[in-house]
Amino acid sequence: MFDDFFIRAIFAGIGIAFVTGPLGCFVVWRRLSYFGDTLAHSALLGVTIAYSLDFNIAVSIFFISSAIALILIQLQRKTNLPSDALLGLLAHSSLAVGLVVIGFLTFIRFDIMGLLFGDILAVNKKDLFIIWFGGALILIVLKLIWKPLFASTVNYELAEAEGLNPDKAKAIFTVLLAALIAISIKLVGVLLITGMLIIPTAMARNLSDNPKKMVVFSIIGGLLSVFIGLFSSLEFNTPSGPSIIAAALFLFIISLFKIKQTIQLKN
Amino acid sequence: MRIENNILVKLKDVGLKRNDKWLVKGVSLVVEKGKIITLIGPNGSGKSTTAKIALGLHKNIEGEVQKLTDKIGYVPQKISIDWTLPLRVKDFMLLTDDLNDKLIDEALTLTGVDHLKNKNLGNLSGGEFQRVLLARAISKKPELLVLDEPVQGVDFTGEIALYELIKKISENLNCGILLISHDLHTVMSATDHVVCLNGHVCCSGSPLDVAKNKEYKALFGEQASQTLSIYEHKHDHVHSSDGEIKKN
Repeated sequence: MFDDFFIRAIFAGIGIAFVTGPLGCFVVWRRLSYFGDTLAHSALLGVTIAYSLDFNIAVSIFFISSAIALILIQLQRKTNLPSDALLGLLAHSSLAVGLVVIGFLTFIRFDIMGLLFGDILAVNKKDLFIIWFGGALILIVLKLIWKPLFASTVNYELAEAEGLNPDKAKAIFTVLLAALIAISIKLVGVLLITGMLIIPTAMARNLSDNPKKMVVFSIIGGLLSVFIGLFSSLEFNTPSGPSIIAAALFLFIISLFKIKQTIQLKN
Repeated sequence: MRIENNILVKLKDVGLKRNDKWLVKGVSLVVEKGKIITLIGPNGSGKSTTAKIALGLHKNIEGEVQKLTDKIGYVPQKISIDWTLPLRVKDFMLLTDDLNDKLIDEALTLTGVDHLKNKNLGNLSGGEFQRVLLARAISKKPELLVLDEPVQGVDFTGEIALYELIKKISENLNCGILLISHDLHTVMSATDHVVCLNGHVCCSGSPLDVAKNKEYKALFGEQASQTLSIYEHKHDHVHSSDGEIKKN
């Protein structure tokens, strides 16, 4: 069944959408879009290291992204630069270093477009296993830290005062984000993973009045984006990542009409 | 030994320094089961800071904090809910604890906002939101309640009712309450112990003792001192026959 590349891509997309839904909600709620972007940019460096050391790509990305996250936290503590400047610094320098390293690795043939924008042909059975196994692991851990993470998203001091451990939850969440980027890079690509996290969630926000509903709609939005995106990618021979994100944007625009209706109902 | 067992939080000579300036210094206080201790003082006197130190929210403090309970309900002074997060009152009630519907309804009814259960938090008025905050803090039946100006923005009749509720809670749940308030009138009737702060502990003791204290008078003025004494006179049965108050 998984011998067909398209079936593999569809199942990879389904696995990723289940994870980006809930994680994306937290990215939006905690205003971490640019943080996610930075982690994703650093993933390219992870890919080059994986190639040059002949190492598993997902594992390599996971470690590099986690390391970048740690460096960011240190820089936030020790410098006087604002967070957005630090995020830009890390995002672009790790992307640049990654591309420079690729330039040196002339003996390996790189599909740079595939790395940046995703490639449905690239997903093999092993990737599929990593996506589903890693995705399940991410969701289980997220479920375990849900309470402190959610409470501290609403109000940090309230959560800490009442005995939850917000800092630990935040650190674990960062690692989960790095893990998600690691498993989804092949299908969605470095530059567009944040879009997969944010756009279906933004759509879900327009349709929900409570956090659980928003998570569910975000997953549904992600799944629909994957289906529409991948089928059009196959049909029009477009790269998979942009096709999925464009589909997500399409769904977001439709959801705007729903808000307009609710506002009219209120009046 | 029995007295020791009643202690929930003990601050011993604590201080907090930010940018070479002491926010509070040399504050000692004890919150016990079933007792209400009120922090008063002018703006910037370190009331909220002291409460946060008691809750363990400030790191790098001087002195010693002993927190002997982890069943805590907290009503912060300021809280803003981001509109990006859709949150109904009942979702908010479950924020730090898994409560059943009965407990949630009970707490919301006590603070008079049970009809708002399915409303979005962003659509509440300031007073309604304050009542929800208080309901959330008491719903988990805490051993220690820290209330930082819990009735701000609540209408006048509601304010009195909520202070009565706070007093009732401390009796019924036998929980200790650390209360911060500007409202000298209403608070004093319910308080067991008053700590008057102005960066340091100006004076502390029963409401009556504090009212008579010179430093307190200097800080709040003669009139505040009188309201406090009169209030004590009206409501504290132990001291009602005290001749000295009658002269006031």
